[in-house]
Amino acid sequence: MSQHLAAEINSVLSALILLSAFGLLVQRRIYGLLHIFAWQGVFLSISTAVVGYSAGLHHLYISAILTLALKVFALPYILYVLIHKLKIKKEVEDVVNVPTTMLIGIALVIFSYHLTAPIRELSTLVTRSTLAVALATVMLGLLMMITRKKAVTQIIGFLALENGLFFAATSATYGMPLVVELGVALDILIAAFIFGIFFFQIRTTFDSLDLKEMEKLKEED
Amino acid sequence: MKNLYPILIEALQVLIVLVASPVLVGWVRALKCRAQGRRSAGVFQPYRDLRKLFMKDIVLAENASWVFRFTPYVVFGSTLLAGAIIPIISVDLPLAATADIIALVALFAIARFFTALAGMDVGTAFGGMGSSREMMVASLAEPAMLMSVFTVSLASHSTSLSFMAHSLLETSVVLRPSLAFALIAFALIAIAENGRIPVDNPSTHLELTMIHEAMILEYSGRHLALIEWASMMKLFLFSSLGVSLFFPWGIAGPSDPLMLPLAFVALACKLALVGAAIVLIETRLAKMRIFRVPEFLGAAFLLSTLGMLSFFMLE
Repeated sequence: MSQHLAAEINSVLSALILLSAFGLLVQRRIYGLLHIFAWQGVFLSISTAVVGYSAGLHHLYISAILTLALKVFALPYILYVLIHKLKIKKEVEDVVNVPTTMLIGIALVIFSYHLTAPIRELSTLVTRSTLAVALATVMLGLLMMITRKKAVTQIIGFLALENGLFFAATSATYGMPLVVELGVALDILIAAFIFGIFFFQIRTTFDSLDLKEMEKLKEED
Repeated sequence: MKNLYPILIEALQVLIVLVASPVLVGWVRALKCRAQGRRSAGVFQPYRDLRKLFMKDIVLAENASWVFRFTPYVVFGSTLLAGAIIPIISVDLPLAATADIIALVALFAIARFFTALAGMDVGTAFGGMGSSREMMVASLAEPAMLMSVFTVSLASHSTSLSFMAHSLLETSVVLRPSLAFALIAFALIAIAENGRIPVDNPSTHLELTMIHEAMILEYSGRHLALIEWASMMKLFLFSSLGVSLFFPWGIAGPSDPLMLPLAFVALACKLALVGAAIVLIETRLAKMRIFRVPEFLGAAFLLSTLGMLSFFMLE
């Protein structure tokens, strides 16, 4: 496999990651969200492995396997169990309607393309052009956290944002050191458990996972 | 002889559009019958339908104006002209120089504009409802369609259709995310533009769900035949436009008459596959609610925009 072909495969994968980030924005069903999130993990993992192969960095294989295990199987499973146990409504509720969110998303992609243009000029890696996609994925994850009402969908937004960060690390610098990546992976796993505990706490306090209810917590003045 | 060749090609192509479009529709219907476990009336049934309609008398409403009588000819003519522009079997078309992809979209828009006017002309409730729905779909589909074909224009540095097909024919096969996005968006738009399931149902006369059929409900006789033929040609043209933009292999190059039989066979195979894909989509999906259509077309717009952006970002 030549460098050129690896770069091409990587750009196709990054396009798929961007597409799945948009898919998360427009999906209305909560199990559908989990599926798209898992697919994003698959693309991310293959992309990491391809970068590892073309750059000859073998520790990237470990992080590809880690991504596959955590983001494709473990996290969606944990979230699935949580949704099942909490008996959350299957429909996603947004603050902004879907077409508007899509348009904002497109604007964010253009914005991140402009933002990363100077870095593209400086970098010499074959993966440099995917940096814009990585930043856009982070932004879209943020957008998803902002425009969703329920805690679970916000968590999925947060995890998608983390996917974007991971992708940025691989595409801009051929990945972080393995120690850091292991630490981040563990963090994400623990975070998922803590989120679960939080969900139960939020629900027992407010009888709902709608985060608007949290506004009641402030003191009257 | 040298000067006559492009004119011959052009005439041949117009003939193919006229003759082959009912076959494509018949093929789709026959396959659909098979998929649903019914017996089909054969691939050539649309010809018989058209002949029957041409032989029937026209019934005109008393208050129908000239717009109503004029529309079938405008629709048929503009669709046929569009058929003369799109490179279907050869890129060597003399008329292709007169109109590019933007003019092509405008030609389809003229046909649609007049159909909508005719729908409202007689003043029945269904006609007006169909017109308003059709315009809603059109206003969303057209920008998405332009974005999608512009992505191909970016890749081939031209908006002229035959030049686009030709330059894509010359380049080697590479993985291009932008073209993949543009293709998916184009497929979604083609479904909406031709009124197929899940946006509209071409075979229904159920009042509440129809869009295109509602507008032409008042037509009869040869007027109806012309409109039906035009919509068959539109399906044929959208299929062959998609095929020649995204899979141009097999189209004859400039001044290459020996390639023509091969080009014809390639076209037949590709369109048969497109027909099978349409049947697959139509048997698997149900028609969606009319207020879901903006989201469907919004997704098409999103995909075509992503295609354009990924052309800049990744290629």
